[in-house]
Amino acid sequence: MNSTIAMITFRAMLGRRRALLLLALPLVLLVLAAVLRYTGNNDLDISADVLQKFGLATLLPLLALIAGTGVIGPEIDDGQIMYVLTKPIPRQVVVLTKLAVAIVLVAVFAVVPTLLAGMVLTGSTAGMAPAFTAGVLVGGVTYSAVFVALAVASRNAVTIGLLYALVWESLLGNFAPGAKSASIQQWALSVTDAMTSATPVKSTVDLAVAVPLLIVVSLGGTLLAAYRLRSLSVAHAE
Amino acid sequence: MSTSTIHDIGYRHYDGRRNGRAYVLRSLYVHSLRAAFGLGRPARAKVMPFILAAIMMLPAAGSVAVFAVTKEEDVLMRYSSYAPTLQVIIAIFLATQAPVLASRELRFHVVPLYFSRPVGHLDFVLAKIAAMTSALFALIAVPVTVLYVGGLVTKVPHSADQLGRYLAALVGCALFALVLAAIGMVVAAFTPRRGFGVAAVIAVFMLSSTLVLVVQGIAESETNFTLSGWAGLFAPFNLVDTVQVRLLNAEKSSVQVAPGLKGGVVALAMCAAIVFGSVAVLYRRFRKAGLS
Repeated sequence: MNSTIAMITFRAMLGRRRALLLLALPLVLLVLAAVLRYTGNNDLDISADVLQKFGLATLLPLLALIAGTGVIGPEIDDGQIMYVLTKPIPRQVVVLTKLAVAIVLVAVFAVVPTLLAGMVLTGSTAGMAPAFTAGVLVGGVTYSAVFVALAVASRNAVTIGLLYALVWESLLGNFAPGAKSASIQQWALSVTDAMTSATPVKSTVDLAVAVPLLIVVSLGGTLLAAYRLRSLSVAHAE
Repeated sequence: MSTSTIHDIGYRHYDGRRNGRAYVLRSLYVHSLRAAFGLGRPARAKVMPFILAAIMMLPAAGSVAVFAVTKEEDVLMRYSSYAPTLQVIIAIFLATQAPVLASRELRFHVVPLYFSRPVGHLDFVLAKIAAMTSALFALIAVPVTVLYVGGLVTKVPHSADQLGRYLAALVGCALFALVLAAIGMVVAAFTPRRGFGVAAVIAVFMLSSTLVLVVQGIAESETNFTLSGWAGLFAPFNLVDTVQVRLLNAEKSSVQVAPGLKGGVVALAMCAAIVFGSVAVLYRRFRKAGLS
């Protein structure tokens, strides 16, 4: 970890109006939760549906994509990464620092709001709020690792990430069960499933399979990012 | 004390023919339209738009092929449901290409260079929106046309009926393109940082559609179909689908659409408000950027 790199990255991610964008996404979830609570539409089925569809399947991938690709992608694109890489700092430290920043951002803007929304919707019924919080947290770590690796490996990282998160996980998941099982979203849901007794939460993947997969994919992403950054060729700006 | 003189060093005025406003508009439009598909830029910029366009073609080609073999009319997709069904792909295309058109000049602070030439602020904005609209229209209408022509070739029954529905769907496609482009360009123009624009545009579409789906789900479970229909106006794809269903006689492709002719008129008015509002906002945005 390198505190200077972390600070610069935080400033790049949150400076000016960018924090507002990151803040707007979880705010929608919180407002929705508050409205549902106020209108009395917060039984267990609806709450689980909202937390899963909105928190886990929409908010989390979007935020992880913004954070994961945003911490390193723009710097590589405009060549500023050179100023970091030419300092005597090991590349894996650079990658780990960037990843840590991404995870902190996801934790602040996705995990905490999920916990709050869960509390607003269900209180402590069936342990749903902490279960979804844990699911979003482990999912967030894995998503971040994957998207950081993607940002180092490709210039089209954001689009590829979107295709994965929206087309592979959501769209194809409805037609091909195989695609559904091979998705971070389902693995994270499996963690949630194991932690709550609520029946509406159902994952297609067993916990015994999901946890190793989450760990392997997170580590794999981090290693790939570190490896690709070691031999990064910086092209000139378009 | 100084004595200064102004020397005439022989600069010459331009006396030739000026090509005028239409030429400016056309040049900006063609340039932006090419940029929307990455033409005239490195291969890296072409990959994504063309992959997405190819994905858009797959369902049309697939359903025509299946129809040719099985001759079952059900397998042909409805023309008007093409865009709503593939809304994720269209949204991703818009999200990746709207920042190319709307935020690159802002990011590199080169907008004043445009306006130091005889380019009007409004022309600049109109050309860009028109280019994005045309790109989206091509993205949606080409597969729909493939579907129609494929149906003709493989001899779908009621071909006169098909033509009517096809033309109505083309109007729908144009409206989809216009509304989506308007929303995408505004969002992209306010998030010039690389990567953020893409995420912001997709966030607007995903959040609005998920939010509306949740509200509609709850409303439907309480059998409140009116509320569900009106809620649909707040997701862009559902909004245009409402116009298609209520004013263009299409079957609905969304969960629920606003009821009656009134719903259609309100939806159309909202579309118009979005388009004109976005032109106004973009005009102000680029005018301000042109001053710095």
